[in-house]
Amino acid sequence: MSLHALTLHDLHGKLKRREVSSVEITESVFQRISSTEEKLHCYITLCRDAAVQEAKRADERLKRGDASAPLLGIPVALKDIFLTRGLLTTCASKILGSFTPPYDATTVRKLKEAGAVVTGKTNMDEFAMGSSTENSAFAATRNPWNPERVPGGSSGGSAAAVAADQCIAALGTDTGGSIRQPASCCGIVGMKPTYGRVSRYGVIAFASSLDQVGPMTKDVTDCALMLEAIAGHDRSDSTSVDAPVPDYAGFLNGDIKGLRVGIPKEYFIHGMQPEVEQGVKDAIRVIEKSGAGVEEISLPHTEYAVAVYYIIATAEASSNLARYDGMKYGYRAAARDLTETYMKSREEGFGAEVKRRIMLGTYALSAGYYDAYYLKAQKVRALIKRDFAEAFRKCDAIVTPTAPTTAFKIGEKTQDPLQMYLSDIFTISVNLAGLPGLSLPCGFDGDGLPIGMQIIGKHFDEATILRLAFAYEQATEWHKKKPPL
Amino acid sequence: MKITREEVQRVAALARLQFSPEEEEILTGQLDKILQYVEKLDRLDTADVEPLAHAVDIVNAFRDDRVANQPSPDSLLANAPAREKDFFKVPKIIE
Repeated sequence: MSLHALTLHDLHGKLKRREVSSVEITESVFQRISSTEEKLHCYITLCRDAAVQEAKRADERLKRGDASAPLLGIPVALKDIFLTRGLLTTCASKILGSFTPPYDATTVRKLKEAGAVVTGKTNMDEFAMGSSTENSAFAATRNPWNPERVPGGSSGGSAAAVAADQCIAALGTDTGGSIRQPASCCGIVGMKPTYGRVSRYGVIAFASSLDQVGPMTKDVTDCALMLEAIAGHDRSDSTSVDAPVPDYAGFLNGDIKGLRVGIPKEYFIHGMQPEVEQGVKDAIRVIEKSGAGVEEISLPHTEYAVAVYYIIATAEASSNLARYDGMKYGYRAAARDLTETYMKSREEGFGAEVKRRIMLGTYALSAGYYDAYYLKAQKVRALIKRDFAEAFRKCDAIVTPTAPTTAFKIGEKTQDPLQMYLSDIFTISVNLAGLPGLSLPCGFDGDGLPIGMQIIGKHFDEATILRLAFAYEQATEWHKKKPPL
Repeated sequence: MKITREEVQRVAALARLQFSPEEEEILTGQLDKILQYVEKLDRLDTADVEPLAHAVDIVNAFRDDRVANQPSPDSLLANAPAREKDFFKVPKIIE
């Protein structure tokens, strides 16, 4: 198998044994990018020269016998929402079309210190608002399993790049499902950690009470290694939590005997794709056979999650995106006076979905509507969090489908925002409750598109999720399948 | 109708956005559909529920107010749409 097709932990072993060099791996990844990128559009910015330089430095460290960090010399892609010092960062928006950050996000700094090789910045829905990566100001990313389909979103470029072996692993962000839903669409592993587990410093803000950074990888072991590398308290992010970071990979022993797994009945709904329902139910039987106890549970407020989310996330976004005024950075339109400068810069700089959400959020926060919309949504958010707290008295982890369908067709939902929003119906509650959640592949539909299973855990209990996911992965072969590129 | 054309215009002004008449019409319809969907929250009695702003219990994360990094003016001004010496150049605010 070519080097680009291998996992992070396989390559780490090879690097440690000095069987390959980081430069060779990096060259292999960039060859793969050259041969597939025209078809897929995973990246907004590539940095081949800098990557080769970083790979050389990693090889120097390896030569000195410094092989402890699993990410040393590994090519990693970053969603274009992470600030990268000296490297164009657009958030897939025209308004940041020429923005070059003066500093690195904490997660980027941690990856660099661990010796990771940055391949480039991946495509996304503008400001992470979307579920298909069609809202990018630059290009729509294609699904490696079928280029007529979306890769999911908003971290669709990162998901497609991992699935197509255009990087070894990637970082995404998840506000309502933006790591897990594209991971599901592209047949990879993606995890949204507990809110506060990973620093958000230097991550362009969408909805600050929901945003979280997480790994997107080829298998569960890689996910555990990436999470350990980026997790932990950061004094630059006052919402990050000062809790010890466990050795996540140490939990991957394949033993889930006695683990109690809850299956919420509200996540198997009328209108979902029958093959998705079947695929997840088959997966649950595999989990049961591996020794876990499975029982039905109820999360009664599930049906309200999308409504709550589209008030809270848009309200926070309308406030966060007020900073794009064309004064200190970003796009400034030519205009007659100050107000017109604001108006025209924002009109020309933002895409349609971003404007729609700013409008919805501004409306929900405006005088006369605040109580009816924003306050009401916050109260129902409390009920959704309470549902999970009740459920976790009876179980250690919850298993659901990640999305109601497999990857949909490009253009299928762009004219109907509400239909697009509903593709996040199974992932949104997890953000509202601040819980960790992971998606991993659990089968394929009749068109050969991957199906994703979601595992949800208790606050700061990513270890149990990873343990369960690994046991399932060991019992199946889905993660070894590659798209026909 | 949950939202009118006039309200869309008012909210656009608050958000410092502007739309063409055609965009405004489409947007009014889309926002109306979304707000009708959101109306389902009214079915729940939340009179005794405390609103939740934040999912994880953190209260006031204090730290010392010390300068930790001092980027050069050049690095901070590098992205300015317009610059004069070490200042951001902006449109006139007071006539």
